[in-house]
Amino acid sequence: MRNLLIISFLTLILGCTESIKPVDIAAENQILYIGNGTEPQDLDPHLVTGVPESKVLMALLEGLVIRNPDGPEPLPGVAKDWDISKDGKTYTFYLRDDALWSNGDYVTAYDFVYAWNRMLMPSLGSKYPDMLYDVVNAEEFNKGTIKDFSRVGVKALDSKTLKVSLKNPAPYFLELLCHYTTRPVHKETIESFGEMDTPGSQWTRPGNFIGNGPFTLDKWELNKVIIVKKNPSYWNSSVVQLNEIHFFPVDNASREDLMFRSGQLHVTSTVPPEKVESYQEKYPNNIQVDPFYGTYYYRFNTKKTPFDNKLVRQALSLALDRTLIVDKVTKGGQQEAFSFTPPDPDAYFPPTALEYNPDKAKDLLRQAGYEDGVDFPVVDLLYNTSEGHQKLAQAIQQMWKTSLNIDVTLTNTDWKVYLSRQSIGDFQIARAGWIGDYIDPKSFLDMMVTDRGNNQTGWSNKRYDNLLKEAANSTSQQQRFNKFYEAEKILMDEMPIIPIYTYTRIYMLHEDVKGWGNNILDSRPYQFVYLESN
Amino acid sequence: MLNLILQRLFTAIPVLLAVITVTFVMVHAAPGGPFDEDKAVSPEVMEKLNERYNLNAPLIEQYTDYLSGVLVGDFGPSFRYPSRTVSELIFTGLPITFELAIYSIIFALLLGIGTGIISALKKNTYLDYIPMTSAMVGICVPSIILGPLLTLIFGIWLEILPVSGWGDLSGDKILPTITLGTAYAAYCARLTRGGMLEVLNQDFIRTARAKGLSETRVVLVHALKGGLTPVIAFLGPAMAGLLAGSFVVETIFGIPGLGRFYVEAAFNRDYTMILGSSIFFSCLIIGLNLVSDLIAAAINPKLR
Repeated sequence: MRNLLIISFLTLILGCTESIKPVDIAAENQILYIGNGTEPQDLDPHLVTGVPESKVLMALLEGLVIRNPDGPEPLPGVAKDWDISKDGKTYTFYLRDDALWSNGDYVTAYDFVYAWNRMLMPSLGSKYPDMLYDVVNAEEFNKGTIKDFSRVGVKALDSKTLKVSLKNPAPYFLELLCHYTTRPVHKETIESFGEMDTPGSQWTRPGNFIGNGPFTLDKWELNKVIIVKKNPSYWNSSVVQLNEIHFFPVDNASREDLMFRSGQLHVTSTVPPEKVESYQEKYPNNIQVDPFYGTYYYRFNTKKTPFDNKLVRQALSLALDRTLIVDKVTKGGQQEAFSFTPPDPDAYFPPTALEYNPDKAKDLLRQAGYEDGVDFPVVDLLYNTSEGHQKLAQAIQQMWKTSLNIDVTLTNTDWKVYLSRQSIGDFQIARAGWIGDYIDPKSFLDMMVTDRGNNQTGWSNKRYDNLLKEAANSTSQQQRFNKFYEAEKILMDEMPIIPIYTYTRIYMLHEDVKGWGNNILDSRPYQFVYLESN
Repeated sequence: MLNLILQRLFTAIPVLLAVITVTFVMVHAAPGGPFDEDKAVSPEVMEKLNERYNLNAPLIEQYTDYLSGVLVGDFGPSFRYPSRTVSELIFTGLPITFELAIYSIIFALLLGIGTGIISALKKNTYLDYIPMTSAMVGICVPSIILGPLLTLIFGIWLEILPVSGWGDLSGDKILPTITLGTAYAAYCARLTRGGMLEVLNQDFIRTARAKGLSETRVVLVHALKGGLTPVIAFLGPAMAGLLAGSFVVETIFGIPGLGRFYVEAAFNRDYTMILGSSIFFSCLIIGLNLVSDLIAAAINPKLR
């Protein structure tokens, strides 16, 4: 009996030796397999907020303009062309005649008005309404002080012409229009599954979803896979080479790594931090270390002693050897951060103020009344549970102890506890990270304005707030950048936050994937991606 | 028999009520809410969300509302997946978890009973020591180690089995089944051996042998019936354990089963999903224990 079992078991296993790796035959069928982080919560562009959702929506919906896979300038999407008025406050978009929904309907300017109206409706509860707050009266409508949407600055002049009026010149406005929250939705579909402002209706299910992107939603099996197929009605379908994209929800970095190595994925969403170094030697053609528009930083609770004292905050920053951190601790190609906004050599270059100077740090701490760290209270550093955050926290704990003789305890909690403790101010120092939604210093600096939801330091500075207001009303880009520069100088002098490094995006990419492009927001239109066997 | 069923069902009510109450209190006591996110939402939006999911009401009112929903089978919407209800999520994951549990129990029974019988017949020989030692190891190695180990060997080194998925690639169900079933196979082997040894020494077996029946018939027909009683008693809790405990294996192999929803719900503070799946699993465990008692009673008259 037992022998029989062993034999049948062996046969079973040996029977599988013909196992074919999905990526090996993918080029023939043009099917791209992507590891996509957590399971998308929904596919409604006006309700979701996560990166995994944004990747799927990139395939399913197309806005007025689309992200350029290789550069900062957006490419035409549904809009074939546009005019910007001299004062930078009026945008007129000319929609292409052949833009279609996946059911054959024409995509019109009215669809955009409808979508923006829906997104801004207070009753819908969108979490990203501020993406459109530059539009005249959009904020007022979203906050309920204006009830009539026709007073909001977006008008369809005819079915193919859309006019958008901004309350201030916003040179980054085209950037914003690449974001999924500004993409159109199909009115009839939404309203056949609920009201215009019904959140969580069934319209996002396969079979119901009508999109205008290069792909259509074919299958959505929870926690298993989302499959999108090439959309023959897409206006530019002749350039689309992929037939299908399979998005796998893989929230576990080790499993994703195994899936990649066993040929089940072309692209991963991350690489387990402990493997980055060895993979750079082992798989140099696969591991990708892309610059990323994000900053890793620590925030202080400036409402609590000793961090209500600017000198203490400055001292702690001066005692950080950022070069050592990126070379020896994070080891993933990150750049040491010398400002909050990541530097962009072609546009805004922030003040380079942060240095490593333990002697000056000691001196500042002495001025603050804690000579050699004497009487400095034991402070707590909060981070969400992750090996990467832990390693960094330990390194920094050590640096502060060595340079300043102050004691830091480390507290790691699960994600939700970490978030809630920061939002109620129950922390002293907390790890934080921010990825810009669009490439502009505003997407970082605006966050530190008094009482903004993500400020969370309790820090407030009138001059800073005013500079950001002035930047918003600037007429030239150079003038804006000058204001931002000044504001950031204040921020880096006051130090409610200490920037540590500029992120990189590290992931694995199969050799067959072509046309992947490179952009620092890590968002790529899939119509330009294709597979080619080497 | 009917008494037994009624009595069990009656005691199930306070148990379920206790499960609901304790879970309810615990999820609400846990710091962090379902809508806390990286990008802070405005107070107005937070207010809207709380209102939509009845989280502004006093806790006791939320509790009674929830209970009255459960009574009519309404477990509410999922907080994490706004377009899905908890029932939909449970019934999406359940068939997969169930399939995995069934394969694992079949694997466990085939391997366990076979090994157990041989060990019992060859008592105190190497055919007994080796399988029983392996069984002890099998019980002790948790799936969190066994799973990645098997993945590494068969998926990465030998490249003969997929490392992730369920029903997509040929052979992707093998590793999860073995990973989940091994510990239970080991239990089955030890229980079968114990049961068989006890039965093989009894008079009716000696009689059967004296009547000149073949050894195969003696073992497989006469001895096995009694010898398997402990295994059958173990089946109910085992099945419940397989269903409720499959989340580790589901996570390791990326299987879209109920266990994964359950664990993720806890991390996401998806209150209704945590409650819904807790209730569901409680019912399952109560039901399976009852079924296994009934089967044991049917097989063994002494238990009636």
